[in-house]
Amino acid sequence: MVLKIATANRAVAEAAKLSNVNVIPVYPITPATSIAEYLAKFVADGEMDAEYVRVESEHSAMSVAIGASSTGARVFTATSSQGLALMHEVLFIAAGMRAPIVMANANRALSAPLSIWNDQQDSISERDSGWIQIYAENAQEALDFVIQSYRITEHPEVLLPAMVCLDGFILTHTVEPVDVPEKEVVSDFVSTYKPANAILDPENPMSIGTFTDPNYYMEARHDMYNAMINSKNIIRNVNKEFGEIFGREYDFVENYRCDDAEIIIVAMGSVCGTVKDVIDEIRREGEKVGLLKLRVFRPFPTDEINAVVKNADKIAVLDKNVSFDIGGALYNEIKAKLDVDAYGFIIGLGGRDVTPEHIRKIVKETKKPEKDVQWIGLREEEI
Amino acid sequence: MDKTHESRFMKYLRKDRLPHIFCAGCGNGIVINTFFNGMELAEIDLSDIVMVSGIGCSSRIPGYVKCDSLHTTHGRPISFATGIKIAKSDLNVVVFTGDGDAAAIGGNHLIHGARRNIDLTVICINNSIYGMTGGQISPTSPKGSYGSTAPYGAMEKPFDLSELVSAAGATYVARWTTAHPLQLSMSIKDALNNKGFSFIEVISQCPTYFGRKNQMRSSIEMMKWMKSVSIVKKKADKMDEKKLEGKIIVGEFVNKEEPELSDEIYKLIKEEWDEKPSSELKSAYMED
Repeated sequence: MVLKIATANRAVAEAAKLSNVNVIPVYPITPATSIAEYLAKFVADGEMDAEYVRVESEHSAMSVAIGASSTGARVFTATSSQGLALMHEVLFIAAGMRAPIVMANANRALSAPLSIWNDQQDSISERDSGWIQIYAENAQEALDFVIQSYRITEHPEVLLPAMVCLDGFILTHTVEPVDVPEKEVVSDFVSTYKPANAILDPENPMSIGTFTDPNYYMEARHDMYNAMINSKNIIRNVNKEFGEIFGREYDFVENYRCDDAEIIIVAMGSVCGTVKDVIDEIRREGEKVGLLKLRVFRPFPTDEINAVVKNADKIAVLDKNVSFDIGGALYNEIKAKLDVDAYGFIIGLGGRDVTPEHIRKIVKETKKPEKDVQWIGLREEEI
Repeated sequence: MDKTHESRFMKYLRKDRLPHIFCAGCGNGIVINTFFNGMELAEIDLSDIVMVSGIGCSSRIPGYVKCDSLHTTHGRPISFATGIKIAKSDLNVVVFTGDGDAAAIGGNHLIHGARRNIDLTVICINNSIYGMTGGQISPTSPKGSYGSTAPYGAMEKPFDLSELVSAAGATYVARWTTAHPLQLSMSIKDALNNKGFSFIEVISQCPTYFGRKNQMRSSIEMMKWMKSVSIVKKKADKMDEKKLEGKIIVGEFVNKEEPELSDEIYKLIKEEWDEKPSSELKSAYMED
């Protein structure tokens, strides 16, 4: 085990290096920029045998990524917020062309008004793009999930791109000890990408992404739908194998003191660290509260969530995003897929701190809910 | 005499937003001063100006100026500005942008704005690097210069923005450096007075990133260098390409009259409907 003190940005750059990535098209954007800088240095120093492309926009970054992936190259890129939004058009193309691209997204608020700080509106807004979405709680998870993602995306039964989401600044710019695995072990684990279907090969010419009439388009989308469902099994297997090799086992969800919990908080990303601390405090005071950390948002692990929350009295769902008029995306999906008494809380938009007091307030409000959806942490004078 | 030695342009700034975020020695301050100077020389009132900017250090300028402004997305200010100009053609629409904003992500909008000859004044502060995100290579970084995404030097050929915009059809194009504040002021005056797409390229210093990564740590050192390698356009036109290597060609590139887009549109409306849309409200930014 090699422990390094690293930011999550450093951790994902290390993961891309360990995963033997061939092509890195990337455009700088706060707070994802240092990922691009670390990778530029790795390539320049000969630590990575990869092509580094200094593109002129995020739209071009994802386009280059798709082009490279369609030749069978293993691709990595990173972006954030407006960059991800600019990629929107091509995100759908990456998924539709079944290109197993892995991208780190440093979660940041969307303009306007302009904000460089954290929330998860950017990746949540790309929910339906056909990308697998995994949310990291800390730098270690960010590193591990990038490595895992290559195994998941490149599996012939999946072939959908994956987005590893890390909370901007909270994870991208703070340092923690990170176990950086041995190069040989990761190389064995990720192996090499063996394109199974859509691949540009002069021996067997093929057109990918062509104009499709109404006789076939729906089938193409249906195939993607099935691939997303299939990915659950693959993710499960990859988790297990990863745990055996690297000693860190992950699941779709993490059950933190939920078994006897009367109230369960559901959340994604770095805020889970704060929630866990508050739960420990509240438990000491005698209240039965737990946290269900959602790691994989797409595919949506309905059964895994249900297995944990089914016996709870009430569920509090935290969303660092908002769908106007109906609350956060995670809250709405849980309400739609599960038969539970759930309440939504909009938190931490545009970098607003989520404090232990906020979590306590959420638990209190969930006990005697007045509204389906509440905003927590607004400035008092604005309410 | 004013004992505070306050800049005479302070009246144009939103004092409540100061101090600004620019690094010590940044060229943006010179550009702001020369802009106000050019504006006064052109006898244009700040209340007739609307500013638009994208993303980057240069794009933070309008936020400090006491006029209406839009702070938009990376690379797109010229498109937002086109909307403003078409809707309210009597306003002077000024775009503050940089090399990352105008030459990289927004390159397409830049050439199409020039092609349309829409009456915008685009001031592009070209510091040859992405400053806001911390010193990555931009499309105007000189070949061989260092940036955080080019630890062994930039490999690609940079854009010559003034030539690009001239070729695309702009009716006023000039390039100066921050070491030419008077010439720059005069060009800004001419650009504001030009009825058409005006492009001012200001070669500027970024001591924090470009300077530090390229062995020119101080702002003064960089400005001296810029001045020493500058050659006026008229002289440069008579020199061969080899002798011009590493030089900054400054001066007026284009100054011509051609039909302007919003004018043409209003002419058409007048011809067809015999009326011109009126615009009463000029500014949402009233007295202090």
